[in-house]
Amino acid sequence: MADLHSIDVVADGQGTRLALAGDLSLQHGAALWRDLRQALARSGPIRIDLSGVERVDGGAACMLLDLRAQRERGGAATEITGGGEGVMRLLELYGCPSGQACYKEAPACEPVLEQLGRMTVAAMRDAQRELDFVGGLLRSAVAAVRAPATVYWQSLGSLMERAGADAFPIATIIGFLLGLVLALQSSALLSTYGTDVLVADLVGLTVAKELGPLMTAIVVAGRSGAAYSAELGSMKVNEEIDALRVLGQDPLRFLVFPRVVALAAMMPLLTLWTDLMAMVGGMVGAVVKLDVTAFLYWHEMARNMDLADVFGGVFKSVFFGVAVALVACQRGLATREGAVGVGRSTTSAVVTSLLVLVLIDAVFAWVYSMVGM
Amino acid sequence: MDDAPMIRVRGLAVGFDGEPILRDLDFDVRRGEVFAILGGSGCGKSTLLRHLIGLDEPIAGSIEVEGHAGQRLRFDRPPPYGVMFQSGALFGSATLEENVSLPLQRWTDLPPAAVSAVARGRLRMVGLGGFENHLPAEVSGGMKKRAGIARALALEPRLLFLDEPSAGLDPVTAAGVDQLIATLRDRLGVTVVLVTHELPSIFAVVDRCIVLDRDAHRIVAAGDPRALRDAAEDPRVHDFFHRKGGVRVG
Repeated sequence: MADLHSIDVVADGQGTRLALAGDLSLQHGAALWRDLRQALARSGPIRIDLSGVERVDGGAACMLLDLRAQRERGGAATEITGGGEGVMRLLELYGCPSGQACYKEAPACEPVLEQLGRMTVAAMRDAQRELDFVGGLLRSAVAAVRAPATVYWQSLGSLMERAGADAFPIATIIGFLLGLVLALQSSALLSTYGTDVLVADLVGLTVAKELGPLMTAIVVAGRSGAAYSAELGSMKVNEEIDALRVLGQDPLRFLVFPRVVALAAMMPLLTLWTDLMAMVGGMVGAVVKLDVTAFLYWHEMARNMDLADVFGGVFKSVFFGVAVALVACQRGLATREGAVGVGRSTTSAVVTSLLVLVLIDAVFAWVYSMVGM
Repeated sequence: MDDAPMIRVRGLAVGFDGEPILRDLDFDVRRGEVFAILGGSGCGKSTLLRHLIGLDEPIAGSIEVEGHAGQRLRFDRPPPYGVMFQSGALFGSATLEENVSLPLQRWTDLPPAAVSAVARGRLRMVGLGGFENHLPAEVSGGMKKRAGIARALALEPRLLFLDEPSAGLDPVTAAGVDQLIATLRDRLGVTVVLVTHELPSIFAVVDRCIVLDRDAHRIVAAGDPRALRDAAEDPRVHDFFHRKGGVRVG
């Protein structure tokens, strides 16, 4: 693309004069920027003479004024003269109003110590908000028990359907594949020692006591936890939470309680289903890969497992459900700063839920081991 | 003011799923004027704007922009006009300067320093000098709209579409946005098409307008808004310009 501008550099008694001519436009902006920078790199006072300029557009005006501002910040006098009325009015339109900074420099990179300090303060505020949330929830729980009608139970049915019934397909797939993988992975070792039938115990106990509840909780955290957080976060950003407050509704009772109850109720059912599907998957793996029949597999499992193994996991899953719902709702209600904030809350809800799930699981493992389960 | 139309609309029908909510639309937008699409809530103003921009396909009729048939937006050439959406539609994770820089980075070969210079200049022009490094969440609604206008102006368009530029703003801020629109027309020669139902803004900056009606599904008046206010006989137009109405009984 041919340049439509020219710059003549003339040294005279008053310094340097840059005579610009032609058409200064954004369309040829790259060449214009390069030539202007080169010409304005000279030291000493410079007069930019625009008398030969036929047309200047907004983009070119921005570049010219920015380069002049850079020179002036360096202490070099730079004057723009000679432009026609239209050109000078445009420069005035894009110019810096007197007494105001032309623009602010981007903030410099924050020193590591300051970053650490800021993160520590943020973490403490975060912890305080979480404590506030838990305290408020306890207070609301007491109020809700005294007056159950003040909880928005109408939403409970659809919440349970979304968190529970709608999650059955994914629980089925994950459970089945979990059991299948366990059986296949253990098959080589078990057949080496001629203990093929123990695959039933391995799959049954591992799934019922540990992997079934945990995997279900992870699925629920990714599915319902993320959805709760995004939903409440959007409501917060759209001032719907504030609207609830001014209508005299406690958001905790209206929004959080039904979600906590929905997950607490659906988690055991989902966990039982995941356990069952994993056992079916394990059976398929055992029959295909090992010298075990389906009858032998179920017989062996029934012989070595009791209901306490299954219900220990199911009991734990209630706590998982409550934890996921609480974390997700807390993160959602703490959302700030629009769409970005909603994304941040959702990510935080899932990550925090996973961390809390592992902590709760560790506590249960310790307690169960103490009581000999 | 050049009388050759910047936009020519003939026999246009717009709507959803083949069901027109506006039909038989004929109007021109002249170069260098501020043209307003007016009407009550739900009459299809924003839908018509989306069709003029090329975001949606008309059911029937034609839209010509600068003599060329209007087309759906494409991603292999710079947009032929600038658009500011109702809330500014700034990208929340980017600073105001980065928002304005986005089209410059995509459609010009300017080096980063020049992109920055142009973006800062545009922000300065709309009165946001000093706010370059702020995130949209850190500025007011009026400032978001101004930044949206700066981004729409980034590529030096001759035609600008503004959706509700002064809605939801306090009178002083709204007057500032109106003044900015007048500046774009008077000093930069930009043709502005705006959707609004803010009467003070209409009388302050609009040269010509069309008035849409939800029940008639068409244009019920066209012309200078001040003349329509003073002389319109159509009760729908009269009511609109005199803020009368409410629920009609019977």
